[in-house]
Amino acid sequence: MVEQVRKLLEKRVESAAELDNLRQSILGKRDTSRTCISVCGGTACRASGAEAVVDAFIDEIERRELQVQVELKETGCHGFCERGPLVVIEPRKIFYQRVTPEDVGEIIGETIVAGRVVERLLYADPVTGQKVTYEPDVPFYKKQTRNIFGANGAIDPTNIEDYIASGGYSALSKVLTGMKPREIIEEVKKSGLRGRGGGGFPTGRKWQSCLEAEADIKYVICNADEGDPGAYQDRSLLEGNPHSVLEGMVIGAYAIGSNRGYIYVRNEYPLAVKHARIAIEQAMDYGLLGENILGSGFDFTVTINKGGGAFVCGESSALMASLEGKIGEPKAKYIHMSEKGLWDSPSLLNNVKTWANVPLIINKGADWYSKIGTAGSKGTMIFSLVGNINNTGLVEVPMGITLREMIFDIGGGIPNGKKFKAVQTGGPSGGCIPEQYLDTPVDFDELTKLGSMMGSGGMIVMDEDTCMVDVAKYFIEFLKGESCGKCTPCREGINRMSEILNAITQGKGKPEDLETLEDLAGILSAGALCALGQTAANPVMSTLKYFRDEYITHIEQKKCPAGVCRELIQYSIDPEQCVGCLRCLRSCPTGAITGEKREPHTLNQGLCIKCGACYDVCKFNAVIRQ
Amino acid sequence: MAKVWIDGETTIEVEAADGVNAFNLTVDDRQIIVSAGQTILEAVQRVDGIGNIPALCNHPAVKPYGACRICTVEVSEDGGNRFKFVAACLYPVKEGLIVRTNTEKIRKLRKGIIELMLARCPNVKRIQELAEEYGVDKPRFVLGDQDCILCGLCVRACQEIMGKSAISLVNRGIYREVAAPFYAYELTEECIGCGDCAFVCPTGAIEMGDDGRPVLPRVKIPYAEVEAMMKKEAAATS
Repeated sequence: MVEQVRKLLEKRVESAAELDNLRQSILGKRDTSRTCISVCGGTACRASGAEAVVDAFIDEIERRELQVQVELKETGCHGFCERGPLVVIEPRKIFYQRVTPEDVGEIIGETIVAGRVVERLLYADPVTGQKVTYEPDVPFYKKQTRNIFGANGAIDPTNIEDYIASGGYSALSKVLTGMKPREIIEEVKKSGLRGRGGGGFPTGRKWQSCLEAEADIKYVICNADEGDPGAYQDRSLLEGNPHSVLEGMVIGAYAIGSNRGYIYVRNEYPLAVKHARIAIEQAMDYGLLGENILGSGFDFTVTINKGGGAFVCGESSALMASLEGKIGEPKAKYIHMSEKGLWDSPSLLNNVKTWANVPLIINKGADWYSKIGTAGSKGTMIFSLVGNINNTGLVEVPMGITLREMIFDIGGGIPNGKKFKAVQTGGPSGGCIPEQYLDTPVDFDELTKLGSMMGSGGMIVMDEDTCMVDVAKYFIEFLKGESCGKCTPCREGINRMSEILNAITQGKGKPEDLETLEDLAGILSAGALCALGQTAANPVMSTLKYFRDEYITHIEQKKCPAGVCRELIQYSIDPEQCVGCLRCLRSCPTGAITGEKREPHTLNQGLCIKCGACYDVCKFNAVIRQ
Repeated sequence: MAKVWIDGETTIEVEAADGVNAFNLTVDDRQIIVSAGQTILEAVQRVDGIGNIPALCNHPAVKPYGACRICTVEVSEDGGNRFKFVAACLYPVKEGLIVRTNTEKIRKLRKGIIELMLARCPNVKRIQELAEEYGVDKPRFVLGDQDCILCGLCVRACQEIMGKSAISLVNRGIYREVAAPFYAYELTEECIGCGDCAFVCPTGAIEMGDDGRPVLPRVKIPYAEVEAMMKKEAAATS
């Protein structure tokens, strides 16, 4: 009797059957007719004030004494960050966007109590102006295939029972009760899953070499050291659905015979760290992690290791050096990490997204999985769509979707009626793809052919006002700051590239500079020690390939066609257009503009710091930028 | 049977004996047999008159590191179909490996790396010699005034040979430098004055001082922007 009570208190699940029972009992306790208010608690929505919205909901629900009828849930990222904070009312999936705490009373009063939709909070199509009531009908979501990311909106990431109720850990119990390690690896191989961290290495092959490596100790590592500018999908996944990542890791560990795992996550992701930590604790409590998982005799523990914020630590060998407590520097990988990695033991390192794909493959089967995607790239990929785009956010699409569909159908096109210029994919190691390749299907191989790469799934959209030399300079400056400095090509080469690009954008470029840039790119790709250096020249090479004329204009005419490079532009006032409204004069921080009311103003070039404030405020197009 | 070069001109025929862990290697179209467990650089250096692999950050007394990259060679593991660039100081020898140490591509790559080194350290004799060998006249970049190429040999010698850590590499990227603990340039009592660091230094950047302790290379503000940065810092603190 005492033993039974203790077991009940302990919540520990001892077998696959018990897990099923637990799932049924959680589902049984749920009142499906009960309204659920799901507030997006992703980092982007939090930044827009989602926490205040949650507090307002709690107060309002208490005030009206609706605790029994209404459930409030703060979930992970829903993806449509542009329109945050997002609120979805289940079970009808009424979709409210840009919700403020002031709107909460109305939502409760109208929608929850009276059953009416609050029209003004609905999403309106920017083109047609038509209002959309339900989440699945929003164009942003319509074209997506949210296999990995879909659960984010329905699960409270701090509650393991939510994950279990949605079928979570069933892949783990399937594996532990009926699959041999080799069968799991065969399944992963057959699915065609490739590493989602950037390299695109076939995941199954990596697992197999780790299984075949002979060693007493093997390690499993989750790489959550996402550092690409503009990319935040790993973060959102770990914040919104940490158990899916954990489940993938346990399956991987069982497949290769490892008992020890690490999640290497950036310290700058406090919410991801917190949710991963809660998930590990809860999984331990439920016997889904730790000793004798589901009564199978298999042990596996996971430790969180917080990274110090070095971009290079996303590189597997540098990450492992950092885990070992050494300086986070890469080393040569002539012997694979899967044979000799962390503390010289076989180590299986995969990206957050890769791990999250694993339970799906086990549950639905490799045949189902490999139907999604293209010949060489299977499954879905999560991209972060940012930059000059209407619908900023995280999108999950099947491999093979075209860039055009992604940017114009899902992303809603370019804001303010501007023209599309290029899209930068793959982070600092990727390249810029111009308009003529918009119909290219997005997968690992096609992007590489264009001189870019899939990378971790960053996608920065740029409009016609973007200077491509400036973009190349930005990424090179980023990499210059992040190069560890171990090998000569990367340390010296990137620095020299940055010197040259700075000179070009300041009007000091020389015609031979382009050849020097190409030479440096060759040295980097062939000579650098790790992937950071080997791919560092991609932003420069791809812009040189597709936008060479812009470089030449900068060098020969000392002009920046897009009007971005400060040293190459000049502001002046057109006396014909100027009505003398004093707006620019008041906005000028240096007093460079003088003039009387109702008389054309003049701009003193010697005092002008080219901040563009006058250009932005002028309503009469009288300020000219050249 | 395999031909083994024992010096530049003589070859002997050797039969790979059973039970001996040895690999057949092709280096610049010559066959050699080498014992397993060594790197390409080690294997090639042991055979006279074969290969041309310069190396700066490598020293037999410490573990290979792969920082300078001028020992880069081309290797093929599939009988010569596909070649890739690897650092000879780190790449382990394998059966049937084809190594090319001095092709057009490699000379171009080494020339580029040496140009970068020369731009950083225009006054270092060893770099000047290499520059002459590989045909670098004048670097196309703003010249620095450094002696240290950051090969890390001194730091590794201090740790691996002496079991001390009197110096280490601090900072990253172009701001990287060799310094004593807590980013000091003056050495602490951790340094026993053995002189290993000065001995292994390929460029003479570390010399032994009058007090019997090594004098570390100082960053001589080689890059315009470092200067600008320091000015900014000085302005901010004053």
